[in-house]
Parts: sequence; structure tokens; C-alpha cells
Amino acid sequence: MPATNPTLETTFAGIRCLNPFWLASAPPTNCGEQIMRAFDAGWGGAVWKTIGEPITNVSSRYSSIDYNGTKIMGFNNIELISDRPIETNLREIEEVKRRYPKHVVIASLMVESKRDSWHEIVKRAEGAGADGLELNFGCPHGMSERGMGSAVGQVPEYCQQITEWVKEAAHTPVIVKLTPNISDIRMPARAAKRAGADALSAINTINSITSIDLDTFEPRPNVDGKSSHGGYCGPAVKPIALNMVQQVMSDPSAALPMSAIGGIATWSDAAEFILLGAGTVQVCTAAMHYGYRIVEDMADGLLAWMRRKNFATLDDFRGRSLPNVTEWKHLNLNYKIVAHIHEDKCIGCELCYTACWDGAHQCIHLDRTLPHADTTRTPQSIAAEAPRRITTTPIPKLDLNGPGADGPNLTPLSRIPRVDEHECVGCNLCSLVCPVPDCITMERVDNGLAPQTWDERVAAGIVPEPIEHGVLPNPNA
Amino acid sequence: MSEPLTFFEQSPRSPEIAARFPDLHPAFDKTAAVAEANRCLYCFDAPCTTACPTHIDVPRFIKKIASDNLEGSAKTILDSNILGESCSRACPVNVLCEGACVMHRYNKQPIAIARLQRFAMDSLTEAGAGLPFTPAPDTGKSVALIGGGPASLACAAELRRAGIRAVIYDARPLPGGLNTYGVAEYKLTPAASLREIDRIAQLGVEFHLNTTVEAAMLARLESEHDAIFLGVGLGAIHRLGIAGEEMTGITNALDFIADYKRGALTQISGRVAVVGAGNTAIDAANASVRLGAESVTMIYRRGPEQMSAFDFEYEHAKQEGVDFLWHVQPIGLSGNGRIEVLQLERLESSTDGSLIPIPNSAFDLRVEHVILAIGQSTHTDALLANGAAPAKLKLERGRILIDRATGQTSTPKYFAGGDCTNGGREVVDAVADGKRAGIAMAAWILGGANASH
Repeated sequence: MPATNPTLETTFAGIRCLNPFWLASAPPTNCGEQIMRAFDAGWGGAVWKTIGEPITNVSSRYSSIDYNGTKIMGFNNIELISDRPIETNLREIEEVKRRYPKHVVIASLMVESKRDSWHEIVKRAEGAGADGLELNFGCPHGMSERGMGSAVGQVPEYCQQITEWVKEAAHTPVIVKLTPNISDIRMPARAAKRAGADALSAINTINSITSIDLDTFEPRPNVDGKSSHGGYCGPAVKPIALNMVQQVMSDPSAALPMSAIGGIATWSDAAEFILLGAGTVQVCTAAMHYGYRIVEDMADGLLAWMRRKNFATLDDFRGRSLPNVTEWKHLNLNYKIVAHIHEDKCIGCELCYTACWDGAHQCIHLDRTLPHADTTRTPQSIAAEAPRRITTTPIPKLDLNGPGADGPNLTPLSRIPRVDEHECVGCNLCSLVCPVPDCITMERVDNGLAPQTWDERVAAGIVPEPIEHGVLPNPNA
Repeated sequence: MSEPLTFFEQSPRSPEIAARFPDLHPAFDKTAAVAEANRCLYCFDAPCTTACPTHIDVPRFIKKIASDNLEGSAKTILDSNILGESCSRACPVNVLCEGACVMHRYNKQPIAIARLQRFAMDSLTEAGAGLPFTPAPDTGKSVALIGGGPASLACAAELRRAGIRAVIYDARPLPGGLNTYGVAEYKLTPAASLREIDRIAQLGVEFHLNTTVEAAMLARLESEHDAIFLGVGLGAIHRLGIAGEEMTGITNALDFIADYKRGALTQISGRVAVVGAGNTAIDAANASVRLGAESVTMIYRRGPEQMSAFDFEYEHAKQEGVDFLWHVQPIGLSGNGRIEVLQLERLESSTDGSLIPIPNSAFDLRVEHVILAIGQSTHTDALLANGAAPAKLKLERGRILIDRATGQTSTPKYFAGGDCTNGGREVVDAVADGKRAGIAMAAWILGGANASH
């Protein structure tokens, strides 16, 4: 088979893109100078920091949470939209488009909820040369208190109304940016689609309080001793964003070209979102953390993966995982896997053992060197035995039973856990906690049963019909 | 009236020694400690904990560093090992906790357990905190502990926590035994050892220093106390048994190490030969290099594969610039009142493993110093002589025979631990012995008291 020479070029809602990597509307896209440097670094597009009547920001504005020594697992901001005059932003959009005509510049917009105000800002942004418009219906802090941002995004009717006003005036594609701070993200997405939106972007940031200072009892980011809920983003939100993108893209009444946002930092993050139907991806936190240079590996890595998978274009795999996401009731109840520990890879940390006992189904045991299988020893009983062992410093050439006896490179058999495959429910927990790649694999067990879902069991009368919403038995009756 | 000086305040402080013996393993700063702590996998029933003779719950104290609970981290260490500070510096961790780390089989780099332990213990010191334990109410019982080294200190701490009076007798002016006078300075300074002992003293442990316990005194102590703990360590270093051993320039490794650690010896000139190839010999050889010797040669009658020093100590000595002469033994010492020539002859192994001199292989090594490190005798014989009750103590190859789990000797009122029972191992082994004995003694003394009422 001839080697594929894949391309990242793509078209999003009619907008031609050099690649699917856009900077999200945020501090990295605050001004033209930044965006031109970002384009030089390899970004295919940028959504301008939201343009509207200039605001006044507070200091400080950001906070983050770290995880086990890794900085910025999650990031939070209480910064508002652009604090620069509208005309400055528009003048710079014009300059950027003149100098980078092939790169995508999207104008993110937020004005008061009046038809004339939206008509005016749309005309001015398109007049400046923006390739498209993103309606910021997602900003969860500050602007929402003034009836804008997520105050619009949380009410499908408002979302629809404003999108309709914008579409009355717009000549370029209109992207509606959705807030995740809502029970069902499909509702505003459907409203946007009804209003004629050309595309969606999701997710905006999630309401959050990142942390409390344990010395001052004040929350972060600290503004003179107080804080306010901020928008949460970064690696921690990616699973939430993947779910919401899937929810929208699997809903025919909502699905539109999707510019995915939420914790994207690497090529593999991008690939996952595209597999769930995204046309482009938007990045903010990772660029704030490491700078624009991260896009080089996003492009390089994605192309390498496409070559390995023999994909020539993004369209070759866009949405490919959507059919694999379904409702729980459609999952095969007769599918059975069990954990298998590859003894040759096991390092003897016994994390799978303690996880299975305390966090799962008590079916991993430490009995390989006992005369008989023993499923009754608990972690507590093993821990109680440990201090009673007498050990001494092994003196070289004299002691043969020290830790050096087996050599530190051999795991003693007594430390390699054993899976009771009859009891194992195939939950994955042991394989998730195991630090060694491919040491614990989940192996399919052929139980001879044909696939059967809950839905099918209900249909076959094996299990009772589900209770309809609204007819729950009244406990007070 | 002024407070009596703490042991720490009495510790020898020679700027020259400090300059010649900087930390072999410099302390972690907080950022590095937390990063390293986060590497720890938090093994269940962790091999590092099993490998530690005192069974410090290593993953637990490491995770407390990661969670910024340094107080709890230090307490976790001290719960198992009252000399956790000196052990963090002196332990041969390559063959203990770090040697057992599963990381050897994962990403090949074991967790720096010793440096993390030191970080936790240093944080306790920096906080100016004492031990996170208090003595139990006084039971009216008492124990005399002979020898003020790690075994007795660990035993005394357990006794105080059980409300038993603990009185330590030691021949030297400062307590700690080899911890204060015998561990290579780049690992553990006397100041660090004494600071740790000050904390133990705060539990109410009493110290009688500059006091040599002879057999008669031991008999008196036996009558005055409810039990005796023997933590007397080993005796003098063996002599060569060659004429001329009294010449100036010939010393033994323990005296040599104690002298420089006391600040009585701050430099050495000329060529040094160290006879022996154990860990003490290496300490003496490395110290000679650091004290300014022109050259340092270790003399050993067998080859490197038979030396009793740890491999990492041998590697360290090579890095320090120590030379080695293998398969040779001293046969003569000559000089005019001061050693000038060490006469050596070459050896070969016979088929049964014994060493046979090679005829006409003798040669001279010109030296200004000879340091002997060819093993220590036991000195239990002297202590236990003269028909005193402990003369009944069973010995094994000169070592006091004990029940490993309790430290109890063949005479029930006598318990023992440390080098005098194991022939000479590590600080941490002595601490483990002392801890087990202290717990067992408290049970024996208090259980006995209850039974009699």
C-alpha cells in the first residue's frame, strides 16, 4: 500500500483552514501582535479575545490546581472580555488579515442583548475582515451578571433569539459558543441550530472555585481578600468536554460543524475530539502554560498518527467514534473480561491488590507462595504481619537472604498478586492503577453467550419495563 | 543559674573538618523533596519498609511530604525509628530500603528514600520541635543501659514511653557511641548525632558519661535496677601481631576516625596505608584523602570480590582516589621510632581457599602512616568476667546470645542489642535491636510487676 501523505488542511463551515488548530478566544488572542506570532508558530486560526464594550478587569485573575507535583491540572479565570476599545481590536483584525490572508481570524463577539447592538457589531467585525463570527454565550463570570455570556447560553430562547439577530446581518459563518454550565448542552445547541447558526463551539469554561488559602481562608484567585466563581478549564475538563461534544454531535437536531474546546493540549487530545466529530479544535490553557510553540507537536504528532492509521485527511476519521458511544442500555451485558497479570512485567508494588480489596471486588490475592490458595487474608492482616518480620542489614558476601539476594531486578513471587478469575468482574481498576504498561491486561473470556443488552432484556420480558418519568410512586401517598 | 549545655552545644565544631567533609548527599530543598516524593508509587506492604530493620513505613512518610504534612512525616519515621535522623544519613540504603525499591524494575531509578527521610527529620529540627512523644506516667521501675550508642538510645526511648526510668552509662564524654564518634563525617556529623540525642534526653533519659562500667559496678547496677540492657558494642580493633606496632604513625581506624571527628586531627601529611577492606577501612581511607594525605593505599589479603565493604563504598573509595593493593599482607614494620616502611608479601589462594604466601614476593611500601582496620574484637569477656551474675550469659563467637524478637539474654534480667549481639552491623540494626528490647523489657518488667500483685 502506498504511504499516505496526509494533510491537515480542512474546511470548517465553509472556512478554509491550513490546519484545525485554533487558539481559543482568551488572553493568547488578546491583540494582533500576539496572533501574528501565533500564526508564525503554526496555528491555523485564532478566535479573537471577545470584542464588546470595553470592561474593567480585577487583579488577580487566574488560579490553578496542581496534581502530585504537576502544575496546572486545572485552570480558572475571572477575567472578562477584551478591555481594549472595539475600534482598536477591529483595526488589528484588519492588519492581521492583510498580513496573514490564509490564516483564519474569527471575531468573538459579546454585546448587550439588543438587536441593533448585535447588528452593528456584526457589520463592524465583518467589515474588518473577520473570516467568521463566534457568539460568546458561554462566559460564566462577570458578564453573565450583566445579562450576557452564559446568561444567554443557559436560556435556549435567548440563545436562539440573538443567533437569529446575528444571522439577519451576518455574511460570514456564525459559530455559537456553548456554555457547559447547564443540565443538557443539547438544548442551547438545538436552539442555535434552529436559529440558523452555521457552527458550534464547545465547551466554554465551567463554574468553579479552584482553592481556598488555608492560612487566610480566602479563595483564589484573590481580589483583596475575596474571589468569585471563575471559569474552569485545562486538562482536568477534557473528559467533560469530550462528553458534551459527543452529546451535541450525536444529536441530529443539534449537530453542526463543531469547533471543540476543553483541555486540549496535544495532538492526541485533538484526535479524540475529531473522532467525536469536531472540525477544528481550540486551545487556550496549554498555550498559556507553555506558549504558542506547542502547536508544532500538535501538527507533527497528528500527521504521524494519520500516517500510521493511513488517514489522508481529517475527514477520513472525523466522527468515527461517534457510533461507538451509546446509551448504557445498549451495552452488551454478556461481554466478559477478566484481569490478567503478566508476571514477567510485575514490579511487585501491589497497588492492584489494595485497590481491588478496598476499591473493587476483593478478587486479587497474595497467595502465590502459600501452600494453598488463600482468599481470606485481608490487606489489614498482611499489614499486621509486616512489622513482625525481623530483617537486618545484609552484609555482603555473608548474608544471602537480603534484598540483594534475588537482585533488585527480580520481583519475588510472593509479591506478584494473583487474580481470582472466577470472581473478577472485569472492572478495569487494577489495570488502571498498575504503573507498568501492559502489565495487567483485560482479557476477553468466551462465556458462550450471545450478545444481549438491557434494552433487549426488557424487550424479551426478562426484566421489568422501566418506570416512565413522572409516574414515580409517590412516597407520601 | 544557667541551663546545662545541651549535647548539641557541646559538639565538636572544627571549621577545617567541616570544609574537608561536606555532605556526601546534600539535603533536598522542599521543591526537590516534593517532586521526589511524588515519584513514590505508594506500594502496599512496601518492600522498602520490610527491608528496613526498624520497619519505617516509608511510603506513608513520603506521601506526607507530598501532602505537605511534614510534622506527620517526621512522626511516622520516629514512630518506628527514634534515630531516624542519623539513620537517614548513615544507612547503607543501597542494600536496604532503596535497594528494595520496586523502581529498580520500573524506571530504574529508586526513590531517594534516605534524602526524603532526612528532609522530613530536618524539618522537625528547623521547626524546633521535640519528639512527638511523651513519657508514660512513672511506674517506679528502672533500667540501667550500658553503652550510650544507638541500641541503648533506642531502648531507652521505648522504656521512657512505657514510664520506666532509663539510665545510660557511657565511657566517652558525649553519648551516641559510633553515631557520634564513628560514622564518616560526610555522612553524619557529631552535631547532627547529638542534636538527635538531645531530643531523646527530653524524654527524661538520664546519662552518666565518662563512666566505664566494670564487672563490679555492673553487679551493683543489677541490684539497683529492674533490668539491665547491654549495648556495649564491639571492642578494640585487632592488632597485626607484628613487631613495631607501637611506632608513631601507626593507629587503628576507630581511633583515627574518632580523632578527626573530635577535631583533634584536622590534617594528615604523607603516604597512608590502610590495612583491611571493610566499611570501616574505607571510611578511614576516604578520610585520609580528605585530610590531605599524599596517597592512600588499601592493603587487603584477598581480592575485591571478597572484600566485606559494600560495593557502593568500594566505588566511592575509588572516586575519592584511593589505591588498592590486593592479595598482599603485611609482614613487617620498620622505621626509626616512626613508621617508614610497611613490608608486604604477595599471597595466592590455594585450592581449599586458604591463602599461601608466594615465595620471594616481599616488597616495601614507603609510608608515613599505617591505619589498621582488620576487624574488632568483642569486649564482652572483660565485662562479664569476675564471677558477676552476667558471667552466666551465653555467648556465641564472643557475641551475647539473645532472643532476636525480645533481646533477652540467657539471664532473664539482662537484655542486649546492637553490635555486641550481631558482631557489628549498622546503626539501623542497633536501633531495631534496641527498640525490640525496650518494648520487650517494658512488657517483662511491668508484666512481672502485675503478676506479683
